[in-house]
Amino acid sequence: MSNKTGLLTSSIGKKILMGITGLFLISFLLVHCFINALIFFNDGGETFNKGAEFMGTNWLIRTMEIVLFIGIFAHIFLALKLTLDNRKARPIGYQLVNGTANSTWYSRWMGLLGTLILMFLIIHLAHFWVQSRFTDNLAHTREHIVGNQITMFDRMSIVFSELWIVVLYCLSMVSLAYHLLHGFQSAFQSLGLNHKKYSPLIKTTGVAFSILIPLIFASMPLVMHFGIIK
Amino acid sequence: MSGHGNMNLTLKVWKQKNKDTKGKFETYQAKGISPDMSFLEMFDVVNEQLISGNQEPIAFDHDCREGICGACSMYINGRPHGPKGGVTTCQLHMRSFKDGDTIVVEPWRSAAFPVIKDLAVDRSSFDRIISAGGFVSVNTGNSKDANNILINKDDADEAFNAAACIGCGACVAACKNSSAMLFVSAKVSQLALLPQGQIERYDRVLNMVKQMDEEGFGNCTNTGACEAECPKSISLENIARLNREYSAAKLMQDKVN
Ligand code: HEM
Ligand code: SF4
Ligand code: FES
Repeated sequence: MSNKTGLLTSSIGKKILMGITGLFLISFLLVHCFINALIFFNDGGETFNKGAEFMGTNWLIRTMEIVLFIGIFAHIFLALKLTLDNRKARPIGYQLVNGTANSTWYSRWMGLLGTLILMFLIIHLAHFWVQSRFTDNLAHTREHIVGNQITMFDRMSIVFSELWIVVLYCLSMVSLAYHLLHGFQSAFQSLGLNHKKYSPLIKTTGVAFSILIPLIFASMPLVMHFGIIK
Repeated sequence: MSGHGNMNLTLKVWKQKNKDTKGKFETYQAKGISPDMSFLEMFDVVNEQLISGNQEPIAFDHDCREGICGACSMYINGRPHGPKGGVTTCQLHMRSFKDGDTIVVEPWRSAAFPVIKDLAVDRSSFDRIISAGGFVSVNTGNSKDANNILINKDDADEAFNAAACIGCGACVAACKNSSAMLFVSAKVSQLALLPQGQIERYDRVLNMVKQMDEEGFGNCTNTGACEAECPKSISLENIARLNREYSAAKLMQDKVN
């Protein structure tokens, strides 16, 4: 008997890919957060700009950037497919659902939280990534400035001088935190990585990661807006 | 009939003639209900009244009435098997409700569980998943000595816990995705953990997952609603094991599939 089921067509196959892309995005968040945290040296962005220069020129990082985009697209595509398929699995809904009795709200709203993150990603990429890759407006470091170029750090101060953008970034980090609060441990479960001894550790690490990383990210626009880091 | 502490309740129950017609909610009054009755006995009382009034009784599934057959599927006030954890509808007592309450009762909702009539749904999709792989090969002939295959105690316990699944479908009903992963994972686990289950191990998981998908159940997103609502407290660890078994089958099985 044929039991052919593909990674993309079987429910578990999709979940495995979802878990792998999710964990990959998590690893990206860690690196991204580390590099950005270099602004906390409070040296006018000197260390940070060096970090950004490394990220922008190192061939390995540039290759990973491509992998990252594939990862994000795969994650979003699968998320969409998963969410739509799941809607079809219950064509007639319940009149009364007591969801809070058996699950957390953020585990039930992963699709919405993800969409909020996606909207943020588009704005965020337009703010920084598009500027650095597709325009000549940015120089890697102050020494390299030609004409009226500015550095990535200067770009951050300009973007974050607007209060509503700071608020938007902070709210988006709340979405990210809740997405991760469910997603981090969920990815391990999807991959079948579960163990009586290690699973509690994974869960605790997940909660810590989901709170700390978005918190550090959110603090960046705040400290720049209020001139604590300049 | 109306003794001390008896309750009057309003029931909003899903009525549907058959799987091809559209259903709707009907309101019924359940009068003089004893708090010691089970939820099904309450329905029996209401149905007696309906029948003597020449009205159609409410159709619902039931068999053992002691929490072992898994027939009594009802989605009560937004939860499968009602407000109490770890019980089936037949084990739910009316003392879990208050006099004057309105109780909304709906059938399991899933594309893979079409409504047959009112609250009774067709759960043969579960049977087809079992037929696809939930079995082991045995020799016919004289019965073997009991316990002649040695089994690690921890594995035996885990397999036993998984085998507690009664196939009620509450996991599907509770899941926002109508996923059958808890059920399938319990059925795969109970055999994968035992020496008797090794022969079909990889075919089993692939075939059962394939059948599960074909039946139109949704994809698991690990919300954990199934585990919380399962009357037999089947653990999410089984789903992780199912995912593991699936990957192992894909990677280890020595044939192209
Ligand atoms: C930095 C960005 C993101 C990270 C780190 C991330 C991380 C994760 C992780 C770890 C999971 C759990 C995977 C699993 O359960 O196997 C997940 C699930 C999910 N994500 Fe994301 N995600 C991100 C962005 C997005 C975006 C942009 C969308 C949608 C447009 C999205 C939608 C979803 C959905 C619908 C799920 C499925 C829920 C589930 O299976 O548990 N995510 N994400
Ligand atoms: S896993 Fe639990 S809820 Fe699901 S069918 Fe088995 S006993 Fe019922
Ligand atoms: S009637 Fe058998 S479990 Fe409820």
